Formats: sequence, structure tokens, C-alpha cells
Amino acid sequence: MYRSALSAITSKSRRPLRSPFFSPFRAETPIISSVSPYPGPESRLPIPSNRFSSFRDPPSRASFAPSICFPDWSPGLRRRVVSRTRGLCGGSGDRESLEYDVVIVGAGPAGLSAAIRLKQMCLERNADLSVCVLEKGPEVGAHIISGNVFEPRALDELIPQWRHEGAPIEVPVSSDKFWLLTENHSLQLPSPFDNKGNYVISLSQLVRWMAMKAEEVGVEIYPGFAASEILYDENHRVIGVATNDMGVAKDGSKRETFQRGVELKGRVTLLAEGCRGSLSEKMIRAHKLREKVQGQHQTYALGIKEVWEIEEGKHKPGSVLHTVGWPLDMKTYGGSFLYHMSNRQIAIGLVIALNYHNPYLNPYDEFQKFKHHPAIKPLLMGGTVLEYGARTLNEGGFQSIPYSVVPGGAIIGCSAGFLDVPKIKGTHTAMKSGMLAGEAAFRTLVEGATMETYWDNLKKSWIWEDLKRARNYRPAFKYGLIPGLAFSALERYVFRGRLPLTLKHGKPDHEATDIASLHAPIQYPKPDGQISFDVPTSLYRSNTNHEHDQPAHLHLRDSTVPELVNLPLYAGPESRYCPARVYEYTPDENHRLKLHINAQNCLHCKACDIKDPRQNIKWTVPEGGGGPGYTIM
Amino acid sequence: MQKRGREEERERSEAKTGHRLVGARSGSEMKVMVAVKRVVDYAVKIRVKPDKSGVETSNVKMSMNPFCEIALEEALRIREAGTAAEVVAVSVGPAQCVDTLRTALAMGADRAIHVDAGAAPVLPLSVAKILKALVQVEQPGLLILGKQAIDDDCNQTGQMIAGLLRWPQGTFASKVVLDKEKQVATVEREVDGGIETLSLDLPAVITTDLRLNQPRYATLPNIMKAKSKVIKKVTPAELNVELKPDLEVVQVAEPPKRKAGVIVSSVDELIHKLKNEARIL
Repeated sequence: MYRSALSAITSKSRRPLRSPFFSPFRAETPIISSVSPYPGPESRLPIPSNRFSSFRDPPSRASFAPSICFPDWSPGLRRRVVSRTRGLCGGSGDRESLEYDVVIVGAGPAGLSAAIRLKQMCLERNADLSVCVLEKGPEVGAHIISGNVFEPRALDELIPQWRHEGAPIEVPVSSDKFWLLTENHSLQLPSPFDNKGNYVISLSQLVRWMAMKAEEVGVEIYPGFAASEILYDENHRVIGVATNDMGVAKDGSKRETFQRGVELKGRVTLLAEGCRGSLSEKMIRAHKLREKVQGQHQTYALGIKEVWEIEEGKHKPGSVLHTVGWPLDMKTYGGSFLYHMSNRQIAIGLVIALNYHNPYLNPYDEFQKFKHHPAIKPLLMGGTVLEYGARTLNEGGFQSIPYSVVPGGAIIGCSAGFLDVPKIKGTHTAMKSGMLAGEAAFRTLVEGATMETYWDNLKKSWIWEDLKRARNYRPAFKYGLIPGLAFSALERYVFRGRLPLTLKHGKPDHEATDIASLHAPIQYPKPDGQISFDVPTSLYRSNTNHEHDQPAHLHLRDSTVPELVNLPLYAGPESRYCPARVYEYTPDENHRLKLHINAQNCLHCKACDIKDPRQNIKWTVPEGGGGPGYTIM
Repeated sequence: MQKRGREEERERSEAKTGHRLVGARSGSEMKVMVAVKRVVDYAVKIRVKPDKSGVETSNVKMSMNPFCEIALEEALRIREAGTAAEVVAVSVGPAQCVDTLRTALAMGADRAIHVDAGAAPVLPLSVAKILKALVQVEQPGLLILGKQAIDDDCNQTGQMIAGLLRWPQGTFASKVVLDKEKQVATVEREVDGGIETLSLDLPAVITTDLRLNQPRYATLPNIMKAKSKVIKKVTPAELNVELKPDLEVVQVAEPPKRKAGVIVSSVDELIHKLKNEARIL
């Protein structure tokens, strides 16, 4: 049906584009291109907009070059591209195509571990594989944020000599405390953690060091490029990813600096995007990876963190503190952390599970409130905040691990979800999963094995063992804080994961939100500018920046849902859980509240993608190089 | 009159260096030299070091100075228009400057030269002297720089090097038009009163202001290609330039925190406060 349209439009094929040929939701259409072999899963969601329905049926395959990746443009422009495809081989439309043996999306602990392991095996066995790592942040480490008390188990396997190679892992844990907080008091409890042999680090700095090590062994890392699309061939095999177009204006038209995205073809593609990765989620849905292993849905928490520089006498390097209780109530799972790093710096944060019920809960304000606790405030007095940031993390553990292999690729790290919840550590398991995938990729490319070896080795590794042992801690908290703590104690000292049952997670996070009429608005104290701060001040400290003139990367599947559902039923929870104040309900000219999306503020935490009650908000990746600029997080 | 002075100067420098100033004259071989600086990224929130000796630059994202990007973009456009044959990017600074030069190569520069001046910050006069020596080697027809660097806001290098070379200068350029045959650059400058249009004989120095152009993105294929390009490395000693620091940074301090305002109850109180507390009246 497109061929007739083709001939009608070929004369226009050379016209320079000035008018908005691009739908403002141009980045939305990758749903189709990466899901094209599987039209089913997307149809669950209501897509009333005509714009999308016109793309539902893909054109006949015969007219395309081997890589079927539909450029995400409006129909008129796509036809124009189709007419040019025949002349090119390799790239679809007019996108340049680069080929690598392995393409990794995400330069985080998992992605870099996979790359380093792969190159190490190449050196050992005298093979030569090209490895490319794409990173959406402006530099490696810019989007890395984590507590972090680091268990060096995986690093010991990957780079055994890390102590002598300048790794920024210098502060061993010196004390490990656990407090139950009430509004005015703190009660010391026995620590459920065993952090002997672990280190307090800045993961952002560690990842930067790992990137240096990766480049030393020949890995190519390209920060500032966001992979926005998965590429498939006609056999529904993953053949790579494509970066998004740069220089598209807010209205969808091409700016002066427009650059078409680039296709990176890989014989093996690894997705290491971190928790709730945009491409990983698409892949999991499209290939039904959770159903394949009877896995449950993933559950999440939102962590909000600040790094402070405190007064000299108060700083105890290696001191580790975790708290539960105040300011969170009995029904909300979460807790705080306070780690002393080096250089008088401390990492302090609050992690709140996203299955909280009260739509009036504001995680950012809870964190600011927490800092005023009489046991915490004295430490922070006289200090300055260096950086601020927020990110969601996985809490689903063992029950939520999806099948992590697809034809042509695999999902590693937090994108699959290997965080050990009772330990609250995910770095070491992410790194190990990366290493296993790297090894599997090597065997696939050089020895003719398949990527299934990754999954098999995963199940035989200590990741599986650890996560299995830890599987019942988190689900027990659905009965409340005290039952949860009691069960945790039993698990830790008595059962140690050997119970013959596996507790299941409760409702998915977005379904757990009660309607607003069941709760009262929470009055949060005003920030005092010394210990607690308002969102704009904190946002400034995250070094967040996005190119202003680009389409909003946060898409509403149905633009009427915020005003018809979120606001009346749930009192607009997105205006509360977003740690960057992206979503605001402001009155328009008719004095009706309307949702305003400040996409530039986005910290790429993915909380909105997870928590929106109707799953109406879709986080897609903005132009590469934007987002937060973490350096010591 | 000006032409004669320049011809004499050319002969004198020809005699000194032994190079014929061929490139500067013929448009088809004209080279454009762009000086770029590696600075703290503009989106980063800077902090003063605890010892007040400077701004914290460790663990901080560095990138090419935005005005230098604009300068490079202008040079690339001049080459693409056919007026110049080659764009050479130059940077003076520590070893990490190479990253900035790779970005310049990825954006489209043909060659890059790194002048390794060590870790200590190099001040505008020293940079100008180094650039002068490089100009005498490379013989570009046009030297483009950003108007100022966002870390020190000096706004001096372009003007100083124009003085050292005795070349005409068009600073704060918001529009540049080159005429190949006449070897003249018409530069529109943003000045306080509006726009000033100058006509400069080439070779000349131009410093770029914000509204001159929108720098292009470096594409992934170009970044990959740039990785393998050779960056020539020289030291100030090889250029016969002595780096004498003529300025010493005594102290860097944060601006005083803005004090909260006071609401006054009457005009009399306002006058009283302005007179006795703020001491303005």
C-alpha cells in the first residue's frame, strides 16, 4: 500500500526539509520498529491517537534492505526514505551503519565489565573482537549514582590487581550501624549487614576508572550517544542498536545542526542500561522474557542521594549507617543510608519502595525531612552539599529475574535486575552478570556457542545462589514494617533462605497507589536552606542539562489521562514522586489545572515510568549528552 | 600606507624564519587556524577549593570552551564554502587537551596541534606568544578564537595576538564574510551600542561571540575516525617561547552570600537605613 504512495511522492524526495515533517512524538515510533515482529504486547495499552494507529501495520518486508528498522518519522517522510533505501546496502533509510562484533548499551558497571572481560579473553586466546560501548551521558560516570558500599567480589575476579592499579576504592568499612528512628529518637539495632571486607566508594568514580581500564584493552567507548532503537533482521534476531537523531527542534523539525542517528550493528548486542532501561523494558515485553521463566513483575524503589562535605571533626571515613522507621510510616518500605567516604565527604540518602500507598507521599520531601532528625542533623550542620541526584533501583530480586537472552543479544546488570535486596548491593552482581555475558559472547563469536551459555552460567554462578538465599526478605515487608523486620531476623539467623517456599511480591508498584480520597495531604516542612533545600537548588547541584530545543522525551500515551485520571483520582502523584519537579500541575487561562512537563529537569531516574498509576508516562531516551552530570555519586 | 608597512614586515619575517609567506596570500591554499581551550564544562556547578587557591577541577567534567566551538564551527563553514583549504586546531595546555583536540577533529578539523605547557594554567599573554610562534610556522590566512574562555573570562588572547602579529582584529564577531579574491574579511561586531561592521585585510584575527553560529554535533563515525588521526605535539621550548608567568593568583573566594532583604515599614525608615546602614546616601 506504500508503493503507490511512493511513486506519487518520489518527486519530493530531494526537497529540503523545513516544515515539521516529524511528529513531535517521533521518538515514540520505535515501539513499532523494535517490536515489529511482535505486534501483540503493545496493544495492551490504549493508544487512541491516530498518529500511532497509522503505523501499526508494517509495510511489506521485500522492499527493505536486510536490517528492518523503520525510521521513526511521519508517514510522508517515511515513504521518502523508503524510496531511497533501495540504493543503499546496510543502513536503513539514510542512516550510516557501523559494524562491531559486540555492541554494549550503557557504560556502567555491567556494560564495562562485559567489555573488559571480552577483551581479556581476546588477549588470552589471541582473538580480535571489536567492542563498542554506547553511553547516553555526557561522559562515562555522569549517569552513575549509587550509595555505595562496594563488595569487591566481582572486581577481584575481573581485575585481581585493582589495588595496585589506582582503583578509587580506598575507604574500607570501619563501622556498621543500624538504627530504628522515631521522630525524636534513635534506637540502635543489631546490624543486618555484614560489610567486613567492603569499601565505601563513589560508584561514579569507580566506573570512570573502569572505563579507563576498558580503553586500555581496546574497548571503544562513546559517551554522548543514546541508543534509542533496537535493530532487528527479518528473522527477528537482534542485530544492533541505533542512536537517536540529534538536532531535532521542539516542534519536530530539523534544526541547523541536525544529525541523523547512526546504526551500530553487532553480532552480539548487550543491553546494560541500568534499572528500568528503556530498550531493555521494550525487549522484555516484546520477547515475553518474564513469562518465559514464570518470573514476577519487577518491583522498584526510588533512591534520593546527596553528597555532603562536612566539618573535619565529624568525619569518620568508612563509617556506615542505615536507618529504618521515621520519617516513613509502617506501611512504607524504605530506609536511609549514610556513608563516610574520603575527603570529608559523606553520602546520605533515602530509599523508598515505589509500592507506597499514599499518593501524597513526596520522596524528595521525606528525604529533606529525614535530614532534620536530631541524630542526623548535627553531622550535617556546617557542611555543604556537593551533589544531588536520584535513581530508581530494583527490589524484585530472585522472583523478578527475566529470561535474559534473546536471539542476538542479552540483558545484563540492573536492566535484568540482580540487586541483592537485604544486602542493598547490586554493583557486584551487575558486574558479575556483565562478565558472564562477556564470556558467553566470546564463546558465541569465536567458538560457535550460543548466548544461552550466559543464562546457563548465570544460574550456576554465585549471583543465583546469593539472590536465591535473599529472595524472601523483601516480599515479607508487604505485611508491614514490624512483621518484615521480624521475618528478616528469622531469615538471617535461622532459615538463611532455606525455607521451601518463595514469597511472592504484592501488586506492581503502579497499582499499589491508593486513590487520594483515602489519604490526607502530608504537610512537609519548608526547606531551611542549610540542611534541607528546595528542588531547584538541589537540581542545580546535579549538573543536569539537556539541549533546550528538543522534543520532550517523556511521552504520554494518552494526553488526556493526567487531567482525567491522575489529577482527580490520585491528586497528581507525578508532581510529588518526581525528584526533579518535571511534572507540574499549573492553572491554564481557564484556571483549570493542566500538566506541564519540564523535560529539561529530568534526572533519568525512571520513577515516572514505573509509578504512574495508568502507566501512561513513557520514558524515552533524549538526545545523547544530556541528563545529570554526576561525578562523585 | 598600511600595505607598504605590511610588505616590509613580511620581508623582514621572511628573512628571519626563511619561510615564504605564500599561504597567506593565495586564497586557494588558505589555512584557517583555530585556537581552542579545554575548560570546565559549562553545565558543571563549580566550587572553590578549600585552600582558596582556585576552582576545583579534579573529578569535574571538562570540555571545549563554548566560544571556541563557535570559532571552530565558523572555520569549518569557511572551509566548506571553498574559501579555505584547511582548518588547523590548536590547543595550549596539559596532556588532557588531546581530548579537546579530538573533539575538534571529530567536528571536522583537518589537523590538530597540541602545545604541551604542563599542568600549570597558562595565561593569555603566554598563549598569545605561543600562537604567534605557531602562526609563523603554519602561516594561516585567518586566526579564529573564541572571544573569551568561560573559566577565566579574560577576553585577552585574541587581542594580544593581533597586537603581537600586528594583524587586524575583529573581536566579538557575530557575522563573518570572507572575500577570497580581495583577501578581505567583513566582520560584524557586537558592541555596546549595536553592531559595528569592519573590513579587515587578511591575514587577520577574529574572535567569536555567541550569536555567530550554532556549532555542529560531532557524529559517531567522525569521532571514530578522529581517534586515529595524528595530533602533532610541540613544547613551548621548541617554539622558542619562554613561558614567564606575569600574573599570580593570590586568592579565589566565593562571592559573599546574598543577605536576606529587609522589609521596611515607611519611607523614613528606608532613608534612615540607606543613610546609616548601607551608607549610600
